[in-house]
Amino acid sequence: MALTGLFLISFLVIHAGLNATIWANDGGEMFNFSAHFMGSMIVIRIMEIVLFIFFIIHIIQGYVLESKNLSRRGKGYKINLANRGSKWYSRTMGLLGTLLLLFLVMHLYHFWTPSRLGGIGDIQPLNEVDYDGKGYHNLFEEMVRIFQNPLVVILYVVGCISLAYHLMHGFQSTFRTLGVHNKRYLSGLIIVGYAFAIIISAVFAMMPISMYLGWVK
Amino acid sequence: MEHYSMNLTLQIWRQKNSLDKGDFETYEIKDISSEMSFLEMIDVLNEKLINEGKDAIAFDHDCREGICGACSMHINGRPHGPWHATTVCQLHMRAFKNGETIVVEPWRSKAFPVIKDLVVDRSSFDRIIQAGGYISVNTGNAVDANAIPINKDNADDSFAAASCIGCGACVAACKNSSAMLFLAAKVSHLALLPQGKPERKARALNMVAQMDKEGFGSCTFTGACEAVCPKEISITNISRLNKEYFGAGLSIDKQ
Ligand code: HEM
Ligand code: SF4
Ligand code: FES
Repeated sequence: MALTGLFLISFLVIHAGLNATIWANDGGEMFNFSAHFMGSMIVIRIMEIVLFIFFIIHIIQGYVLESKNLSRRGKGYKINLANRGSKWYSRTMGLLGTLLLLFLVMHLYHFWTPSRLGGIGDIQPLNEVDYDGKGYHNLFEEMVRIFQNPLVVILYVVGCISLAYHLMHGFQSTFRTLGVHNKRYLSGLIIVGYAFAIIISAVFAMMPISMYLGWVK
Repeated sequence: MEHYSMNLTLQIWRQKNSLDKGDFETYEIKDISSEMSFLEMIDVLNEKLINEGKDAIAFDHDCREGICGACSMHINGRPHGPWHATTVCQLHMRAFKNGETIVVEPWRSKAFPVIKDLVVDRSSFDRIIQAGGYISVNTGNAVDANAIPINKDNADDSFAAASCIGCGACVAACKNSSAMLFLAAKVSHLALLPQGKPERKARALNMVAQMDKEGFGSCTFTGACEAVCPKEISITNISRLNKEYFGAGLSIDKQ
């Protein structure tokens, strides 16, 4: 759980960093370049498979853990401890993870499918743009198009909020699971964890919002 | 604080034996002194029940001074009741107001089956201790306490961990019914001292294996255990246990 979670966190950093190039406001040139760069490098293609595997392991482990733990109580209490002992999001990691899973399916369908599988069978390939005589997938144009739908924007923002809460618990929990017990390190990690969860999720949430509002073109 | 008397409504879990389904019974009780302990209030109720020819409410208690870990009641949704860092036996009735309804339940966990009413079987904890919560020394004359120098921080952390009384409130509070805070307290207490070092690897592995066998859940660090522990055992002990466990898993000699 902790190792896969940590890997997924490191993926988020790279993903957020690259996507931030949409704000270069150059009609998506820098963004399309970096997406192409990532898509054409063999190391990254291998990492993509590793990433898929880590996602799947994390999800399976998560559900196995959750269902095992849920079965341990037997008869429940009439009155629960609820928020008096723990944060609601710490107790709902499975549910937040499920929201993330639903989000992930929608997200992959939006961008990964046309970009990687476009042209196979009935799947529409992406339009191409020309930079210096070379053709690139215009993933940026696709983003702008998809984020014109307000419902999609709302679903993405909900996904980002789930991510923020999942990470507010997950970030610190990972390090505790891995055995960090020095109080000074831990208090630092907890602060970094909250900041990371909020900043990363806010950066992601701003992408569909700024495209919908026409801040980037 | 000023003394006052109160009338209360109690909803208490009654269950004849481990096979009985059990249910809540409601009792009205009058003229309870704010200076009584919670257990004394139950004693008063039990005397009344006995005088009426009814079965007294079974509950665990022994020292009644917060050091044995026997008392175990889930009061208004919180193990050991509303006061922070306080066992039920040390909880006083001034924590409640006149006319209040108080709900009392046993610890709920499959690893702590109910024996009768509010008494649960916590022998799973004993078996976890038997799996490694000790040091092996030959008895004889007591050794001079200062013969082995011990770092003050380690001594303090070990002492804090050693204050765990094995009450099981951590399990009762945890959404996963995990016993990790208890286990972490026992492992940390010994692993931090030179006397505990020789057996530390086998201890961590065997105690965790026994905990899993007993049917406790896994820790996901929600923090509920630490919030209710009457001895304020720190959750960072669980991180230390994890480190001990990984270290032992990677390096233990074949037995
Ligand atoms: C896609 C669907 C996902 C599901 C179903 C899921 C489910 C879970 C579950 C059930 C847990 C364990 C609960 C707990 O420790 O309290 C967990 C922990 C965690 N998750 Fe996820 N998750 C998902 C996605 C993600 C993503 C996208 C990330 C990060 C980018 C992530 C990072 C973490 C971290 C860091 C932990 C904590 C690990 C630990 O406690 O040792 N998860 N997840
Ligand atoms: S860790 Fe605290 S709550 Fe758990 S058994 Fe020990 S004293 Fe009780
Ligand atoms: S009766 Fe001993 S701790 Fe409460």
